[in-house]
Amino acid sequence: MSKFFHLKFKFCYYLVICALAFGFSLTGCSSKKLSSKPTINVWHWMTDREAAFQELAKRYEDKTGIKVNFELYAPSDIYAQKVRAAAQGRTLPDIYGLLGEKRDFAAFIKSGHVADLSEVMNEENGVWKECFFSKALEVVEFKENNTYAILPGIYGAPIDIMNIQMLYNKKLFKKAGLDPERPPSNWEEFIDNINKLKKVGVPGLVSGWGEIWMIDCFASNYAFNIMGEDKVIATLKGDVPYTDPDWIKVFSLFKELVDKHALVSGVVIMKNKVAEQTFANERAAFAFNGSWCINVYDGMNPHLEYGVFLPPKVNRKNPMYIWGGGSSFSFLVNDRSSKKLEAIKFLKWLTDKDQQAYLSSQTKNLPSNKFALAEIPKILAQFADGMDSATHPSIWPVNEFPGVIEALGKGIQLILIKEKTPEQLAQELQAIKEKESSRIVSN
Amino acid sequence: MRIFKNIYVKSIIVILCFILAELIYQKSHNLRFISPIIILLAVALLIILVTKIILAKQFKSFLFIVPALAIFSIFYIYPFIKVLQLGHYSWDGILPTMKFVGLYNFIEVIKDKVWWQSMFNAGYITLIALTFQNALALILALACDRQMKAGNFYRMIFFIPPVLSEVVVGLVWQWIYDGNYGLLNHWLVALGFNNLTKAWLSDPHTALTCVAIVHSWKGFGWGFVILLAGLQTIPKQLYEAARVEGATSWQVFKNITAPLMIPVFVLVAILTVLGSMQSFILILTMTDGGPGFHTEVPVTRILSSMIGSSRFGYACAQSIIFGAILLAISFVQKRISQNMRQA
Amino acid sequence: MQIYRVKKTFTNILVHLLLISVSIACLFPLLWMFGSSLKTQATVFSDMSIIPQQPHFENYVTAWIDGGFGRYFLNSLIYTFTVVFGIVLVSSLAAFAFSRLEFPGRKAFFIMLLAAMMIPLPGSFVPLYVLMVKLHLVNTRLGYVLCLINVGLSFSIFLLKTFFDKMPKELEDAARIDGCNRLGIYRHVALPFVKPALAVVVIFNALNVWNEYVLALIIFNSKNLMPLQRGVMMFRGEFLTNYPLLMAGLTIAALPIIILYLLMQKYIVKGVISQAIFQ
Repeated sequence: MSKFFHLKFKFCYYLVICALAFGFSLTGCSSKKLSSKPTINVWHWMTDREAAFQELAKRYEDKTGIKVNFELYAPSDIYAQKVRAAAQGRTLPDIYGLLGEKRDFAAFIKSGHVADLSEVMNEENGVWKECFFSKALEVVEFKENNTYAILPGIYGAPIDIMNIQMLYNKKLFKKAGLDPERPPSNWEEFIDNINKLKKVGVPGLVSGWGEIWMIDCFASNYAFNIMGEDKVIATLKGDVPYTDPDWIKVFSLFKELVDKHALVSGVVIMKNKVAEQTFANERAAFAFNGSWCINVYDGMNPHLEYGVFLPPKVNRKNPMYIWGGGSSFSFLVNDRSSKKLEAIKFLKWLTDKDQQAYLSSQTKNLPSNKFALAEIPKILAQFADGMDSATHPSIWPVNEFPGVIEALGKGIQLILIKEKTPEQLAQELQAIKEKESSRIVSN
Repeated sequence: MRIFKNIYVKSIIVILCFILAELIYQKSHNLRFISPIIILLAVALLIILVTKIILAKQFKSFLFIVPALAIFSIFYIYPFIKVLQLGHYSWDGILPTMKFVGLYNFIEVIKDKVWWQSMFNAGYITLIALTFQNALALILALACDRQMKAGNFYRMIFFIPPVLSEVVVGLVWQWIYDGNYGLLNHWLVALGFNNLTKAWLSDPHTALTCVAIVHSWKGFGWGFVILLAGLQTIPKQLYEAARVEGATSWQVFKNITAPLMIPVFVLVAILTVLGSMQSFILILTMTDGGPGFHTEVPVTRILSSMIGSSRFGYACAQSIIFGAILLAISFVQKRISQNMRQA
Repeated sequence: MQIYRVKKTFTNILVHLLLISVSIACLFPLLWMFGSSLKTQATVFSDMSIIPQQPHFENYVTAWIDGGFGRYFLNSLIYTFTVVFGIVLVSSLAAFAFSRLEFPGRKAFFIMLLAAMMIPLPGSFVPLYVLMVKLHLVNTRLGYVLCLINVGLSFSIFLLKTFFDKMPKELEDAARIDGCNRLGIYRHVALPFVKPALAVVVIFNALNVWNEYVLALIIFNSKNLMPLQRGVMMFRGEFLTNYPLLMAGLTIAALPIIILYLLMQKYIVKGVISQAIFQ
């Protein structure tokens, strides 16, 4: 009997502990203080900007008394899921960043999660609108008669921008007897430079081609250069097949890079962060990388001497295009938020010249406000020059199916390991493209 | 009559609980957190009630699994049914509208060559884990089961890989496998095998095996710990008796250890299969499925169709097919083990 | 006798060689992590020595402060303690019932629990989140804890049931003769018998909860509720990773689990069985 009692006692004891633990954990979240001034909640995924955002939030509170609460959720792929889940649960914050393609952006707008800012942007002769780089604004803009059937308007405010270009190591250039102030201007010169560099034992190009979006970026740059913008768009629309000789020429560039041993070994599965290590430690002469790299190289090798140039042209008649803008670096306002007006006001303040200059100096990213460009480092200014050549899938009138984009990236990886020829890839892509289009029609 | 009365009263309590929870939630902001607890209690009570009516006799036995069942049915059944349902829709995961497409998603998954390649890759990783990883775990567990001075030290060391973050594991092994500056190539050259050096992770012939080795390296600690725990439950008297009779180590293992350990072997085997088939974080950090589709596994495919292509319904269909295959494998394993035990 | 001894020493050497070589393979990344945490961002990939000439121990202080580890550490302790406690209690009760008790639907429920381990988690995030919103469990500690208990339950029940199955029938009968009821057998006979397995369950779930990050990110909105891994993530940006601080953070995060494992080890290896028999 006493044994039984003992047992019961112990069990109750456990239960009490359990209840206490739960109680304790619950009190932690019920201690929210209600203040009279509204708090604007912002969700984002940009770890490197967190400190600067917190500082700006403090400044805004000092100025207006409105508290801005920045919440950071990284890494980006989980953030993307969180935002989608929150959209389903109707628990999106007042301001948030969205990761995804234009199609996902359009779906968010259609579901009523995004406020149209064009009215505020155009107020007072459009002072707010005018301060942005036009390329940056286009990314969050939907024009008349767009393919997504969205009402025309501007659905977000770009916080900063980026573009992806070629970099070269000046020290290694000198070592190979090349002019460190004269990067290659066309493809033949580029290959020639690499050959010269190889003779002194310097590997050529490094890039994060283990991430297929970097491959997609490189390939579409050259597609624009080789066949011109209209033909690329026509391919996306389905009017020109991927088996077109121009496209095979694009894929053949990758084959040429492999055949001439112009790439650092292992580039085919290399994450961009590893590629950055390689370039920063002077183990490659060229890198294909975005403007965020300034910060990275600065930390890893402060003595690195490098310059920026547009990817070398293949077709000298057409201009070279690069990816730039970046819708992921924009903030959207939740249309269902009760603090919508305050949120828009805050965004307007955040993209103002002073705040943009501060953000840019702290994070070494390109500001989206063109008036904030005055005091940026030289290398960043070189990147900024490239904005004229910038384009981005988000501003094209049509977008490729995700399935085709994946097959393109993965297929080029297979070219890089010599498992596929450019012709085979072209045929496969066309087959996948036809399959995807038929699915959309049959659905 | 009394039982009926009792149940009657309790059902009213359950209903009242639900109403109370709803009221608290709507009326008071500060006390909101109470309502889920009340709902939880009510659900538990409801389950108790239902089962009490059905099985009054074995009710007390059933009580043992009520907490597990309550948590399980709240947090698992609903998402599961939802996934099952969404598998039949074409939906991007965002829009409020979705389109019913019947079995279309499932048929497309079955027709998808890349999906089956990812399945094969996961199977290959699992096979290496089952043989290589578990053999290593067993040998080390047997070695550490013996009374040894340094036993504590080894037992601690072998648990390091499971504790380490995938980030560190990925970075270190990438460095080992690297084509230019890698440690593996360095050692091969030092040993005179110059012609064997290569960029291990980007070569399609070696990429998958390399990933599988890292996976086994990271996972063997678990098998080791579970097997060790299993070995500990074998009464020491049995060993002593065998030793008195002059049995060799191999005979002891064959006649005493192995038969008693079969359930634990089966457990470890099933856990290895589940763990290896569902592994993906290491692959994401090391190769991201590349080169091409050579190291792609089912979970990375599901993730890419969910986030990359925004085809939520399709991703759900993939999840269901994947789950069904895993369930089938586990049942076959259980069957085989039952036959083994009877034999 | 002589031959026997030679043979024994020989196998001993062989066994130790194997143990040592595996140990080196296990220790190397740990040392690399520790070494990297003492370097600077500029030297972390250029200086290949394991322990650098000028160790920067201040990285640990920086990581602790910049990552806001104080709060996250406490949170993680709360979560790990509650979840592991909940799982051990709930799963051992259920596993005992599945293994030792008779009730209708026993097999069906067990198969259902097993099936839960098969469907990969990523697919069910959105439905799970919507459910949590409906239950008002989003952004609460309770919701997170219950979710994690659910995640670890299947594995733990499966593992414990295997070990309960191994318990000799005689033990149970003896206890019954002594006047123990079902709960008594569970508490005084069965639980001590599976102590090694319980230790494995504790370590496995503690490690899972300690390293858990994805669910926390989805369920919590406020950083005040986030677990330790959130602090570590601060150093692992989308574009910029601060490797020395990341490694310092990861080392700090790994320590408690290693300590827990050391504590649990004695339950795994001490011959518990003999005590249980003669009790």
